[in-house]
Amino acid sequence: MYFVLRRKSALQVKIQWGPMCIYFPPTVGAGGGNDIQWCFSQVKGAVDDDVAEADIISTVEFNHSGELLATGDKGGRVVIFQQEQENKIQSHSRGEYNVYSTFQSHEPEFDYLKSLEIEEKINKIRWLPQKNAAQFLLSTNDKTIKLWKISERDKRPEGYNLKEEDGRYRDPTTVTTLRVPVFRPMDLMVEASPRRIFANAHTYHINSISINSDYETYLSADDLRINLWHLEITDRSFNIVDIKPANMEELTEVITAAEFHPNSCNTFVYSSSKGTIRLCDMRASALCDRHSKLFEEPEDPSNRSFFSEIISSISDVKFSHSGRYMMTRDYLSVKIWDLNMENRPVETYQVHEYLRSKLCSLYENDCIFDKFECCWNGSDSVVMTGSYNNFFRMFDRNTKRDITLEASRENNKPRTVLKPRKVCASGKRKKDEISVDSLDFNKKILHTAWHPKENIIAVATTNNLYIFQDKVN
Amino acid sequence: QDTQEKEGILPERAEEAKLKAKYPSLGQKPGGSDFLMKRLQKGVWDTISYTFTSEPKGALGMRTQKYFDSGDYNMAKAKMKNKQLPSAGPDKNLVTGDHIPTPQDLPQRKSSLVTSKLAG
Repeated sequence: MYFVLRRKSALQVKIQWGPMCIYFPPTVGAGGGNDIQWCFSQVKGAVDDDVAEADIISTVEFNHSGELLATGDKGGRVVIFQQEQENKIQSHSRGEYNVYSTFQSHEPEFDYLKSLEIEEKINKIRWLPQKNAAQFLLSTNDKTIKLWKISERDKRPEGYNLKEEDGRYRDPTTVTTLRVPVFRPMDLMVEASPRRIFANAHTYHINSISINSDYETYLSADDLRINLWHLEITDRSFNIVDIKPANMEELTEVITAAEFHPNSCNTFVYSSSKGTIRLCDMRASALCDRHSKLFEEPEDPSNRSFFSEIISSISDVKFSHSGRYMMTRDYLSVKIWDLNMENRPVETYQVHEYLRSKLCSLYENDCIFDKFECCWNGSDSVVMTGSYNNFFRMFDRNTKRDITLEASRENNKPRTVLKPRKVCASGKRKKDEISVDSLDFNKKILHTAWHPKENIIAVATTNNLYIFQDKVN
Repeated sequence: QDTQEKEGILPERAEEAKLKAKYPSLGQKPGGSDFLMKRLQKGVWDTISYTFTSEPKGALGMRTQKYFDSGDYNMAKAKMKNKQLPSAGPDKNLVTGDHIPTPQDLPQRKSSLVTSKLAG
């Protein structure tokens, strides 16, 4: 008996012994973060180092099919890229992402009552699953959520009787014959229009939005409250979590992220600045202040330092596609939790442990408060998150191997395989390693996204969007 | 594993000592309510702002923008605008007092919106 391991594509494994063979579904150790060779594909954005504040990318999100990729920036703008249809002749590369639509989603506002500036920065974008020809997405800034419809127009009516082609009305008395208007093809126009505006429901700053698996409702979370909305109804929402204490002096933690379960429409989780995650069931009560499950890793009190709470603050929480696990990101690590086990995570991955001895300066330059996001690949076998120096990290849950890659214009020939990077924590620096003190803390990768089905990733540096894909032989 | 843990603690404690040496007035509890309050009140004017400057950093890295009122805010924005465009002439849209201004007469808070460079 012998085993032959073959890789059919990046996402399938075939095991053969003798005449028998079985195919493993993608969940089983198939070409994880390190068996894959990642190649540069595209980079979007300006080359110059002088970054305008409005161009800072604040969110990146693939839609459910992976055909569309949306980015939001600090200037309140959304840019949507569309993947080209695969070129049958050039089978060695997948379709490129090109600009499909761009629009101003949010504008700066001033709250006169509180003397408060309301930033137009897009905090999150979430796509709705496609129901008809148009695409829908939710985008939010600190205070207002908007539902945008993106539709294509490739025909226009011509030959009206009462209107000229330029739109001016004709005098009906000059009409002597009648004709039937017809639709004629025109250049593709992609239009974005705001269909719903969900405003005035948040006193504090919105950090998350999440669409329910019922595709009818969604939640929005700010520092202290979580609201439940219906996509059709803008004039009211239900408050489902409220952690504001009666006396604000007693405030000890805030909500940092929230997400609906991918399959159970009654379940959602929210994370806190103290490193805890609460799972709530909306069937239990209308106001879910009492959690159904509390996920918290016990900490040895003798280990506590001034920084302990700050670095334990969870900056992102994401359910796995399967719904069995959830991933959290705190300042130094990524943790995978099994929803069935509350007392500790099942897996912990160190993102940049070498920063532990730099916490003082990271506190002084505010970097310790950076909010990194994390994401799963389509088969839940690999997780990815960003770091500093434009590095990003991937952890293969099956092989337990990890890799560090860099988003840089230096490697920008298409299909150039990215070279793994290594940070030298202390002592002798080997060739090609970079020392901790040489890291550029202004080059941070906070936002990354993984295509839901393929090994294509979108990585946002401060003002550029990089697209990488695996090497297709 | 015990020594490993100790090695894990030591860098953090050493960093804490460094920080306390630089800023002796630093509060005991970083997660305490006054830090979180500053995060929540990003952008709101209040008397706490005067003591805020003696603290090394705001809560959770929030830089607070404080304005007395909308007039204060508009003045601050105008100053920034003047810094960026020193050669700009007087704004022709400014209403100068011959009639009561209406919202339509006032200049837009933000000038023409530029397309994102990602779409360029």
